[in-house]
Amino acid sequence: MAGSTAPMNRFYAIIAIAAAVGIGALLYLMNRSSSPTVPTQVTVTAADTAGFQGYVLGSDSAAVEIIEYADFQCPACQAFEMVEFPYVKERLIQTGRVRWIYRDFPLDEPHRWTRLAAHSAACANDQRKYWEQHEALYRTQADWSASSNAGSMFRSMAEQNGLDMSAYDACMKSLKFAGRIQASLESGVRMGVNSTPTVIVNGRMYPGVQPYDRLKALVDSLSPVAPTP
Amino acid sequence: MTRRMAVALLCLAGIFISAYLWMFKLGLLGTLACGTGGCETVQLSPQSRFLGIEVALIGLVGYVVLFGVAMASLQPGLAAARWPVQLLAALSGGAVLFTGYLKFLEFFVIHAICRWCVASAVIIATVFVLSVLEARALPRKA
Repeated sequence: MAGSTAPMNRFYAIIAIAAAVGIGALLYLMNRSSSPTVPTQVTVTAADTAGFQGYVLGSDSAAVEIIEYADFQCPACQAFEMVEFPYVKERLIQTGRVRWIYRDFPLDEPHRWTRLAAHSAACANDQRKYWEQHEALYRTQADWSASSNAGSMFRSMAEQNGLDMSAYDACMKSLKFAGRIQASLESGVRMGVNSTPTVIVNGRMYPGVQPYDRLKALVDSLSPVAPTP
Repeated sequence: MTRRMAVALLCLAGIFISAYLWMFKLGLLGTLACGTGGCETVQLSPQSRFLGIEVALIGLVGYVVLFGVAMASLQPGLAAARWPVQLLAALSGGAVLFTGYLKFLEFFVIHAICRWCVASAVIIATVFVLSVLEARALPRKA
């Protein structure tokens, strides 16, 4: 019996050591990682908004201008982005009928990572990859929303989107767009926005998720060109 | 007996690999140590979920079950029994098929290779082979 117990004891010892090493490695990796945060108390300077009115898609000569105020961590904004916006983009923006302006409206209280996500997209914009990062952030919202280290996931998305990572890292570290994000929020507050998503169609405000059909009907009523099918 | 010990140790390694990938999805870790970046491409793809459940979590649960069966099969009362080893072979066989499906997705849908997923595939294939060999080595009841 002793002859069979000794190998088992050795085996249990090996299992225990392997388990301890594995758990230790995971704990080390957990403690090593941390995400930066974007401050919410920011004084907006003129330089923050100079020449910037939002992230623009579409023609300058479009008859209808739609401003969207949204929050990257807001589930309703994600629903609009994933379900309705592809149709809006294809049928209203790319056809030249609508000029779309996206502005950040971070709802900090429930959404811990919203400003960091907005900052990540702003840094991607520095490299002309804003909309790629924008789409990736919304598409993976469920993955990073509850995470304790969303910054690393944003970085992974930036890498996948082909950004120069040293420039991205420097941009994220500098937090240089914190003021711009705050300015965007304040502009929304001044216009009366109090929830996300909210769209402003040629100056008129429509809170909540607007289905494509409703936006198209609005555009049809405002646009002088023949409506799209 | 040695094969069962090897199976248990391999499953323990599988537990830590799948836990690592799942913790990444939970945002508890920084970037994955992958080299090529393919791991993050795979882990952030829509195919990283199966029927709405994280594939890494499915792997973790699967390895924990296999580890439990392997450890149970090492107990003196079950050393001569065939069923724990047959169960190991059946479970790991199913896992091999599922892994094959995931490899197909990596190669032909996602177009990226996750080295940790490859390591897991090698582990589960080895567990399956060892379990089958162990099952065949056990004497049948007269």
